Amino acid sequence: MPHDGRTPWIEDRFSEGVVITSLEQAINWARQSSLWPLTFGLACCAIEMMAVGCSRFDIDRFGAGAFRATPRQADLMIVAGTVTYKMASRVRRLYNQMPDPKYVIAMGACVCGGGPYFKYGYHVVKGVDLVVPVDVYVPGCPPRPEALLEGLMRVQDRVRAERIARDATDELPVPHHTGYPELPIKPEDYRVSASEEASA
Amino acid sequence: MSPQEIAQLLKDQFGDRITGEALDVLDPWIAVAPEALHEVMEFLRNDERLAMDFLHCVSGVDYFEPDPKKAKRAKFEPHMEVLYHLSSMKHGHRIVIKVFLPRWKNDRPGELPEVPSVADIWPTANWHEREVYDLMGIRFVGHPDLRRILCPEDWVGHPLRKDYEFPDEYHGIRAR
Repeated sequence: MPHDGRTPWIEDRFSEGVVITSLEQAINWARQSSLWPLTFGLACCAIEMMAVGCSRFDIDRFGAGAFRATPRQADLMIVAGTVTYKMASRVRRLYNQMPDPKYVIAMGACVCGGGPYFKYGYHVVKGVDLVVPVDVYVPGCPPRPEALLEGLMRVQDRVRAERIARDATDELPVPHHTGYPELPIKPEDYRVSASEEASA
Repeated sequence: MSPQEIAQLLKDQFGDRITGEALDVLDPWIAVAPEALHEVMEFLRNDERLAMDFLHCVSGVDYFEPDPKKAKRAKFEPHMEVLYHLSSMKHGHRIVIKVFLPRWKNDRPGELPEVPSVADIWPTANWHEREVYDLMGIRFVGHPDLRRILCPEDWVGHPLRKDYEFPDEYHGIRAR
């Protein structure tokens, strides 16, 4: 394309094939699009996790379909199924073996808080967050595959919010919806009551 | 062979070491004294007329009511039972053998009741007896490898006993 002498000479030369971004965004984009989960089905929730991996729900759309059989290659641990006390030490060891940054999804009622075994189960950990730190809870017994995909997207939100600058704090990811309808807020909702004014 | 005939055969053979029976129920059972169990089981397995070549299951039952108010109305004395569901592939008959045990040996809490192992007669019994030992706390004397099978090795107590107390924590994991 001949140069007309008025527009800067670099214009249109590199626009195709060049993307300008920040390093942080590029890293986060790459990370969130290739979360490799650990193959970690413990009980019935694993069936739903397998369904998520298959073509109908297709977790590969999110780049998270590469289930790894070793914690050393995994970024994401989907704890799917009842965690017993016997298994708890293994869960912790596998979590410790995963390279940073690592994320945990607690899938199902048992993993979130003991589920049906909460009161009379002598063998079930009352929530896997007593063993490893959990990023996203997906309740359900078992959760629908869509729910697990939703949980995966929340993990991606979390990855996107990571900051690589020194001393920078991660922004807490805000879900793009809460599940509750948002009502228009009226000014009187914010009005301070007389008793509160008096105490202040 | 009908349950009545099996019971009669055992009574002729072992006399007063057969301690009880219920033959007109859905699952007819015969009770055997613990010390005679191994002998009776060997007879059941090897006698041509009985030929009990299949052990379905070894189970433990804890008869105990932990609530003292309900214990008065309970229709049983506190005790434990071990059940052996047997059948014969050859003759097509079946029977249940029961052993009655105290909840604690010599009534001293903490000492597990003992019963002879039948793992040398039916290899099936090996893991079943380990499970009963693990969950109910019944010691099988003569078992080749009596370890816990389901709970972790360092687990304290036998969880399916009615007076089992849940641990507060296990290896730093809060359990309540």
